[in-house]
Amino acid sequence: MLLQAIAFYLMAAVTLISAVAVVSSKNPVHSVLFLIAAFFSAAGLFVLLGAEFLAMLLVVVYVGAVAVLFLFVVMMLDVDFAALRQGFARYMPLGGLIAGGLAVEMVMVSTTVATRGAAKLNEIPMARGAGAAPDVTNAEAIGRVLYTNYVYFFQAAGMVLLVAMIGAIVLTLRHKPGVRRQVIMDQVLRTPKTGMRMVSPKPGEGIDA
Amino acid sequence: MTDIGLPHYLAVAAILFTIGVFGIFVNRKNIIVILMSIELILLAVNINLVSFSVYLGNVVGQIFAMFVLTVAAAEAAVGLAILVTFFRNRGDIAVDDASMMKG
Repeated sequence: MLLQAIAFYLMAAVTLISAVAVVSSKNPVHSVLFLIAAFFSAAGLFVLLGAEFLAMLLVVVYVGAVAVLFLFVVMMLDVDFAALRQGFARYMPLGGLIAGGLAVEMVMVSTTVATRGAAKLNEIPMARGAGAAPDVTNAEAIGRVLYTNYVYFFQAAGMVLLVAMIGAIVLTLRHKPGVRRQVIMDQVLRTPKTGMRMVSPKPGEGIDA
Repeated sequence: MTDIGLPHYLAVAAILFTIGVFGIFVNRKNIIVILMSIELILLAVNINLVSFSVYLGNVVGQIFAMFVLTVAAAEAAVGLAILVTFFRNRGDIAVDDASMMKG
């Protein structure tokens, strides 16, 4: 139990400190790297909760895809990031005040819900079960529900990803003028008659084109 | 103190959410950091969903966390694509004076 507590506090601290560093570091590349750290330790929290499948998904999707995408874009864009930080000090006091108030409120509400409301929910026998059998792994429990009750949502999620992919490609696609492309049609339709030309150059003049 | 339960995870998620909102407040010009703050907020939502899912013994919360993850990935991809297009057209990414559409 003590080991679990130590692991929880360690990973929660790393998550929160990395999150603060994401929003406050001067260099966006550092922000992305701290974002990766936050995702990794959040994945650790998920493992601690017993949601291993989602933890691995978080590492694969967020660290492997989203964070690397951010890293690409940050390094690709040649932007003066110091100019973008203007106003940070100006928004800092009011933003900090509002965020601090919001944090206190949300922590109070959620802990109250968890200690009163959820404790009551636990007494309801229906709340337990639903794939929480001890011999079923987390991934299997998710799969059993995902591919039966939520199969249409699963398909819709795939459609969302497809639309996002096509949208991203369409947005960033760019036709450069002056690029010589291979035209397969011209090559296929080429015959010996069109590909060859008989000339009789005069001595000393050569052929123009 | 050593007995980690639902309130601890909910507190972490709440603080993470607020840090994300704070990031949107203070980085109003830097759209890249705003997108990262949105990712943090969605991560906080996921922590909430997963912890409730585990503590109620109902796996549906984790399935919804997966859908949140999907939408977050799609949002990041499209947002960054818009950002790249914006940078090509304008030469910078200062979004606070982006008024080309006169909105």
